[in-house]
Amino acid sequence: MCGVCGCGEGQIHSHDELHDHEHAHDHNHDHGHQHHHEHTAEHSHAPGLTQARMVQIEQDILAKNSRYAEENRRYFSERGMLALNLVSSPGSGKTTLLTETILRLKDELSIAVIEGDQQTARDADRIRATGVPALQINTGKGCHLDAHRVGHGLESLNLPEHSLLFIENVGNLVCPSAFDLGEAHKVVILSVTEGEDKPIKYPDMFHAADLMILNKTDLLPHLDFDSAQSIQYAKQVNPRIKVLSLSAKTGEGMENWLTWLKVELELQQIAYT
Amino acid sequence: MHEMSLCESVLQIIEQQAKAQQFARVKTVWLEIGALSGVEPEAMHFSFEVVMQGSLAEQARLEIIEVPGVAWCMPCGCEVLVQQLYDECPHCGSHQLQIVGGDQMRIKELEVE
Repeated sequence: MCGVCGCGEGQIHSHDELHDHEHAHDHNHDHGHQHHHEHTAEHSHAPGLTQARMVQIEQDILAKNSRYAEENRRYFSERGMLALNLVSSPGSGKTTLLTETILRLKDELSIAVIEGDQQTARDADRIRATGVPALQINTGKGCHLDAHRVGHGLESLNLPEHSLLFIENVGNLVCPSAFDLGEAHKVVILSVTEGEDKPIKYPDMFHAADLMILNKTDLLPHLDFDSAQSIQYAKQVNPRIKVLSLSAKTGEGMENWLTWLKVELELQQIAYT
Repeated sequence: MHEMSLCESVLQIIEQQAKAQQFARVKTVWLEIGALSGVEPEAMHFSFEVVMQGSLAEQARLEIIEVPGVAWCMPCGCEVLVQQLYDECPHCGSHQLQIVGGDQMRIKELEVE
């Protein structure tokens, strides 16, 4: 059941009507045999004895999510928007990072947030207090946002072109890694109050992310957290990952993050024009 | 427990196929799950049983075909087997590994009647 409009999962609606075909996906299918033919292979059964037969499917389990993600990605690129999927464990400081980022950028950029949480609209309320639109999606029993729900969110937000959209995913370092939402980048936030070995304990998420933010650096003098070691672990899992260290609370290092955001948004607009 | 959502997707695919390929009951479901796909086979079995209840695959047996992780080592140019995303190349010790296999989660085949 979709948490936004209440449509059933299998029900046909606009996404389905627009995209009832397979796309090539952006994620790695180098090894792939992405054939979506659906033929029955009649394995040898003695006639009359049983009606059991084999049906070959050969389909990605997440193919449907990938189609919705592709639809979202096209939506973003047609509007020159930058969409980022912010992922972390609970309590890493995502919402504080967002509110501090928004306060610094909202006068020059159009910004909006999609908030994913299992319950409550507390985070969306914190974002709205900064004056930018925020849409809360409660996932209920689910542990992550999916591309279908985000697609509905985009419809109701109806954002202007060149917007910067943050998707604050449910605090969870496992499940959201598997679900493409159509974002340009996953940004993983690791706070220094967590263990430095998080990247190797939850490798899927650090592998899927393009940027790691090491947050709450103002607390480093009080902790035994080894920043260099955590970055080394992250690079071990994902040699291409970029790292920014900052404190959303004191503002230390925030300038680099704001620059990264503006450059990435600029790049989306080059592709758009 | 994203395995729960994955099983819901599996059921949707099965229901679609049931219409297209004219079957009323599923006896066995074969899934191909890569070692690097982030899916726990045990959680998958548990979720499968829960999600398939009351569906045309209620009594179905779940068979998971586990596919090993394979990566291409950029410095030494060879393909190596990896258990984890943070493994190093067994030949040169590098972490510059590009995953080329074992990250899939696919529904492969059904036994139906």
